[in-house]
Amino acid sequence: MAQIEEVTLDGMTHLVSDRALQGETMLLNMGPQHPSTHGVLRLLLELDGETVLAAIPDIGFLHTGVEKNMEAKTYQKAEVMTDRLDYMNTVGNNLAYCLAVEKLIGLDVPLRAQALRVILAELKRISSHMVWLGTSALDLAAMSDFMYCFREREMILDILELVSGQRMMTTYIRPGGVWRDVPVEFEAAVRNLLKILPNRIDQYESLLTKNPLFIDRTVGIGKISAEDAVNWGLTGATLRGSGVNYDLRKFAPYSGYEQYDFEVPVRIEGDVRARYLVRIAEMRQSIRIIQQALDKLPMGPVRSNNYKFVPPPRSEIGNSMEALIHHFKYWTEGFNAPKGSVYSAVESPRGELGVYLESDGGPKPFRVHFRTPSFDNLQVLPVLAKGFLVADLVAIIGSVDIVLGDIDR
Amino acid sequence: MSENNSVVTENLVKQFGGQATEFAGEISVMIAVEKFADAARAIHDEFKFDLMSSMTAVDYWPEENPRFHLVYRFTSIANRQSLNVRVPIAAYAPTAPTLETIYHNANWQEREVFDMFGIQFLGHSDMRRILMPHDWEGHPLRKDYPLGYEEPQFSFNFDEIDVRKPYAKNRRGE
Repeated sequence: MAQIEEVTLDGMTHLVSDRALQGETMLLNMGPQHPSTHGVLRLLLELDGETVLAAIPDIGFLHTGVEKNMEAKTYQKAEVMTDRLDYMNTVGNNLAYCLAVEKLIGLDVPLRAQALRVILAELKRISSHMVWLGTSALDLAAMSDFMYCFREREMILDILELVSGQRMMTTYIRPGGVWRDVPVEFEAAVRNLLKILPNRIDQYESLLTKNPLFIDRTVGIGKISAEDAVNWGLTGATLRGSGVNYDLRKFAPYSGYEQYDFEVPVRIEGDVRARYLVRIAEMRQSIRIIQQALDKLPMGPVRSNNYKFVPPPRSEIGNSMEALIHHFKYWTEGFNAPKGSVYSAVESPRGELGVYLESDGGPKPFRVHFRTPSFDNLQVLPVLAKGFLVADLVAIIGSVDIVLGDIDR
Repeated sequence: MSENNSVVTENLVKQFGGQATEFAGEISVMIAVEKFADAARAIHDEFKFDLMSSMTAVDYWPEENPRFHLVYRFTSIANRQSLNVRVPIAAYAPTAPTLETIYHNANWQEREVFDMFGIQFLGHSDMRRILMPHDWEGHPLRKDYPLGYEEPQFSFNFDEIDVRKPYAKNRRGE
């Protein structure tokens, strides 16, 4: 019987300086139950006084083996697990996975479904940014923004509940379209939200953007140059805060993003404040996208009628024998995808969310890999935090906007 | 973004003797592992793919040679191109060169592949497990690693697990 080992520094001596080994500097454990680490992230800090000399992230506390589990499920059933990756961006995860499946089997999506996907993905982006804004401001002791952000986030979750029956884990987007058409109340609810949101974002900003305390805590903190940011694989607002214009909605448009008129906010400073300003501006751009998508929301079907890959509507099952067969085959065997591999990526609120999907010709994915933005974005933390105070480290973690479910998968 | 990177793929194939395949509009270049370190350098410096978007591995067990494929995806932000590279790896003592010095984010990506597939990256500065506990046995995403009937390892149920997972015991050297 094996003994429970005491955790020592043995395997990590190459990551700290010699001074730490001689006891001149302090090694401090931060997390995994620290509120400012936004989840279960453990950091081993080497400190000289209050200055961070080295930060060693320790991840994996939320590892659930999603990629392995998906290999044992059919394509349509495996999708449910994608919600659980990045729990702040459930709709975007579904979208990334469905785009990969559709690319693999060559399935077209009706225009109405594409527009609905865009609307929901952008709503979820706003709600994710609200959680980020609330919690990262909370880390810097700005309490009130948290309350206001969660108030509006609740309205977005209500809309998601309206369309899917679920507040967070919606699985509303399915391969070949969406689960079913939105209810009649949907448009009014979204328009109501769009009417009040710009004002509310101004309110959030009025508490922070020109607040001298907030400026002191964010300007010049956690800087990274454009070249380094790309080399470290940063994506999303963390990259755009360093002056690199890389947004997959423009770079490789999917789901009809090319038809909407919006800007990609970019700042060149590369510090915590730049990332803050980029995300605030992104919320406003998302509102523009939703407005346009809603104004020209086409009528028509919301699911592909290729019943090999998409379940037939309930109404047809009673009348058509083929529909019944398709329904039965779909939910028991699933569908066979052609042998090959695809990579498809979407812009999640945190950056490039990529899905690598490989098929061996059977009904289950042979290999699924999620290239999650938080994984690469967290990796750069030791570089960003070096030489700053512990209090700044908290601001930096907040500005990178990590979701641990996204990192550990 | 265009998948129109035919010039790049042609040059890669010419320089490093790879083999290009196409599926669903994506071109993948297969490069031998011996030439991959030089090829990656050329991909970064010469062909200006400045972002390593994604990297992972696939296990084709019970195939032996190659058993694994490393799958890379490079993106060139300035040229709006993307490039897929696959590197076959044999089953026995799988190793590959590290890209850490070319793309910094390869550090964690390669640690994850090591953790999940047991592929060693030569020259890597910090080859530790990343997601699984540091004393975990086996590499979960390998195809011969069982999915079901797997209890979490605790100190009291090691004997039970040894029955179902004999290779774990062999590796401990008991």
